[in-house]
Amino acid sequence: MALKTDDLRVYYQTLKGDVKALDGASFTLEDGEIMGLAGESGCGKSTLAKSLILLKPPMKYVEGRVRLDGEELPIWDDEKMNSFRYKNVSIIPQYAMNAMNPTRKIGKMVKELLKSRGISPGEKRDELEHRLDLVDLTRDVLSMYPIELSGGMKQRMVMVISSLLDPSLLMADEITSALDVSTQKAVSEMLVEFRDKDFIKSLIFITHDISILYQIADSITVMYAGKLVERAPTEEITGRPLHPYTKLLISSLPKIGAKYTEEKLEGIPGKPPELLEPPEGCRFKNRCPKKEEECDEEPPFREVSPGHKVACWKVKKDVS
Amino acid sequence: MEPPQSKEKNEFFYFALRNNKLVIGLIVVFFFLVFAIIGPFLTEHDLNERAGPRNQPPSAEYWFGTTTFGQDVFTQFVYGLRAAFIVGLVGGGLATIVGMMVGFFAGYHGGMVDELLNMLTNTVITIPKLAVLLVIAAYLTVRGVIHESIVIGLWSWPWAARAVRSQTFSLKSRNFIDMARMTGMSSMKIIWTEIAPNMMSYLFMTFVLQFGGAVLAAATLDFIGLGPTEGISLGLMMQHSFNWSAIQLGIWWWFVPPGAALALLVGAMYLMNVGLDEVFNPKLRER
Amino acid sequence: MKRYFSRKVFIYILTFFLAVTIDWLVPRFMPGNPVQNMLSRASIQSDAAEVMRGYYTKAFGLDVPLWQQYLNFWQAIFHGDLGVSVYMFPEKVTNVIFRAVPYDLALLVPSVLLSWIAGNKFGAFAARSRWLDNTILPITYLLRATPYMWLAILMAWSLGIVWGIFPISGAYSFSMQPSFSFAFLVSFLRHWFLPFASLFIVQFGGWAIGMRNMIIYELEEDYSHYLESLGAPRSLVRKYAFRNAMLPQITGLALRLGQVVAGALATEIVFSYPGIGYLLLQAINNQDYFLIQGCFLFIVIGVLLANFIIDVVYVIVDPRTRQGMEGT
Repeated sequence: MALKTDDLRVYYQTLKGDVKALDGASFTLEDGEIMGLAGESGCGKSTLAKSLILLKPPMKYVEGRVRLDGEELPIWDDEKMNSFRYKNVSIIPQYAMNAMNPTRKIGKMVKELLKSRGISPGEKRDELEHRLDLVDLTRDVLSMYPIELSGGMKQRMVMVISSLLDPSLLMADEITSALDVSTQKAVSEMLVEFRDKDFIKSLIFITHDISILYQIADSITVMYAGKLVERAPTEEITGRPLHPYTKLLISSLPKIGAKYTEEKLEGIPGKPPELLEPPEGCRFKNRCPKKEEECDEEPPFREVSPGHKVACWKVKKDVS
Repeated sequence: MEPPQSKEKNEFFYFALRNNKLVIGLIVVFFFLVFAIIGPFLTEHDLNERAGPRNQPPSAEYWFGTTTFGQDVFTQFVYGLRAAFIVGLVGGGLATIVGMMVGFFAGYHGGMVDELLNMLTNTVITIPKLAVLLVIAAYLTVRGVIHESIVIGLWSWPWAARAVRSQTFSLKSRNFIDMARMTGMSSMKIIWTEIAPNMMSYLFMTFVLQFGGAVLAAATLDFIGLGPTEGISLGLMMQHSFNWSAIQLGIWWWFVPPGAALALLVGAMYLMNVGLDEVFNPKLRER
Repeated sequence: MKRYFSRKVFIYILTFFLAVTIDWLVPRFMPGNPVQNMLSRASIQSDAAEVMRGYYTKAFGLDVPLWQQYLNFWQAIFHGDLGVSVYMFPEKVTNVIFRAVPYDLALLVPSVLLSWIAGNKFGAFAARSRWLDNTILPITYLLRATPYMWLAILMAWSLGIVWGIFPISGAYSFSMQPSFSFAFLVSFLRHWFLPFASLFIVQFGGWAIGMRNMIIYELEEDYSHYLESLGAPRSLVRKYAFRNAMLPQITGLALRLGQVVAGALATEIVFSYPGIGYLLLQAINNQDYFLIQGCFLFIVIGVLLANFIIDVVYVIVDPRTRQGMEGT
């Protein structure tokens, strides 16, 4: 398996105390798998991505281990982590529109970046051009400044840069949110192609727009208030969602392309709990239609059928 | 996801009180302010009276020594400090107010109004302030501290206008302004009820900078010989000491206090400005 | 880029126009009669006074209508005629000023450029270093706030009088005539050093602080975080941040020139350095209005030229201006 995280906890330090943005995430990602990671904003999905590559203050590593291709990822150690960045783990950040230095020609920036990682830019030249072709960018973009590119072009350029060293794990963080619907689809399909061509081994595709995951993801993981609540292959989870939150998330999806942006999901009353001092037990209980007494105790994230994990007391009963 | 941003006031004070730059700056400014207010009551001498022997170094009787004319340096110093605060408040305040108005209107209306006001701002900012003040002051036969402050204020606003304009632009693009506009509020009302409160912190920082700038401009003008024709200022003290060869005669107590006070006061203002910036803008805080 | 330049040049023309208008307006609309003032204060022989009275009344042109006076004023400026100096009667104001300008350039050009470079380097170095941020940077805040003439006075007193290392008056020894000899050069440099150093030090503080604050902003920009995420070493991240933080500092240079020039004027007065500042002091003491007005125009023209040079440099270093997208 490509990636395995074990009870990963990463908090944000604030004045009032720790915000438990990622509170115990355990999952495995198979070689070649595209995992969709969905949830409302603030549920911890970006925190998960960031902590796997650049864990900087005010983020704080609390506990948990991460193994990538059988090797331990020292995510808590900024220095040691550096040798893994880009070569083994890479990211297409949320802010891809502003990710490139505005005053350097793109080609030059890439050259300097590669050189700084001890890679000869000449060796990568053909590969770089090949990938530009794949994402429908002309080679002239290398002699342009970022400001000369459109939003979609910048997005694709960053995709090429981030995946250039064939990382084992690539994380795409909300890459589609700034794009229009047709570009979203094109960009997502290019990432699938990158996987098919073995540029990347596995992909974590983070989005609040679950409908886009239907088309590209092999599996979907749903997060809620810093916890993983359900994880299953795409057909399984869309056809037979088990967790009440997932059910609401999927049933409240009117049609493909709908977006869940800020604050709360329509159709699910209430809002996610404060993560400074989250309630005991299941974090969804206050919004859950099926809430019972046992929900005051934390539900384990357990496998209820092969490849289908869920964290809900009620589900366990339903299945067994 | 970003950590939740709490906008409560006590968070502001939490950071404000822990920001060394802000605290030190405030203490220094406050110290000089108290000095300027109560200082004149601590001395029994008049500004220009011959208070004692000439060229006396600092002593128990003459705390800051005496000048070539036997005037008490301490007395001149505390009155000069008062003048500095007047120039800062009036000149800096005027510059901030005029700049705020120009900047608001330019940023808020955009289009032609912005083009014209921006052109005016850029034009005035390019002409060295001191050069204009020189020409004006040279033709004024009677000059007071207030006149000086007003002239300085009227030529310093472009800095504030630029800052306020860009802030207004960025605030304008936020939703709540559209909301207010849809409810049919007039532009003046939107500016005062929606934009201004959001910019208070920013305006205060602008004022702090303008205060410092006005004090320094006045000191330079005074030193060149175009300062107030009556009264005293820290710049005039330096001019007098220079004119009467205090450098060559080594009467350091005549020129060290006024310049040191200016540097400390204005430096504290700049320090406060950076401190405030760090308090308001979490990204800049020390790691 | 064309748009960028044409806008800038338009602003400069407008600025020049405004400056000339101020220069014309002030003597006419201020209380008091400048001609009378000038003659009563200037201590010159009576026959010369008569010549001057005739000249000044004509030069101020108070006998023709205002609009005519204004046009005449412009005409005179285009002919390079800024009147005649009282203080150095009967020399032309332009000649007097031209003799002073090289001294201003000798102080301003090196002090501005060197302090800009050194201040920026130091500010970038000090940023995010907790130790320097708490020790040396507070001093630079003080430096930035120090009145130019005060630092000049302190240096003149300590290095000139107390320790007697440097001369504190004039541009070269009074016993010498300007020449290309080695002895003269040494004398010139010795006289030049203190005014240069005091200008340098105050400006250095301003640039160091500006760069420190700017680079912290840049290090928090998205492109910096992206580089860090891809494991780029600190040196590369810093290099990019530094380059990008330099751009606003170039604009800052243009905006601060006025203050620097003012500082240089005051510094020249302290060291009796024969530039425009020293000239101004003489002009003010002698009520030499034509010389004051001439100095004003020269300062404005100088600042405008410097602004233009800075604009050209900015276009060369910032690609965004070349794409027709102004950064401002």
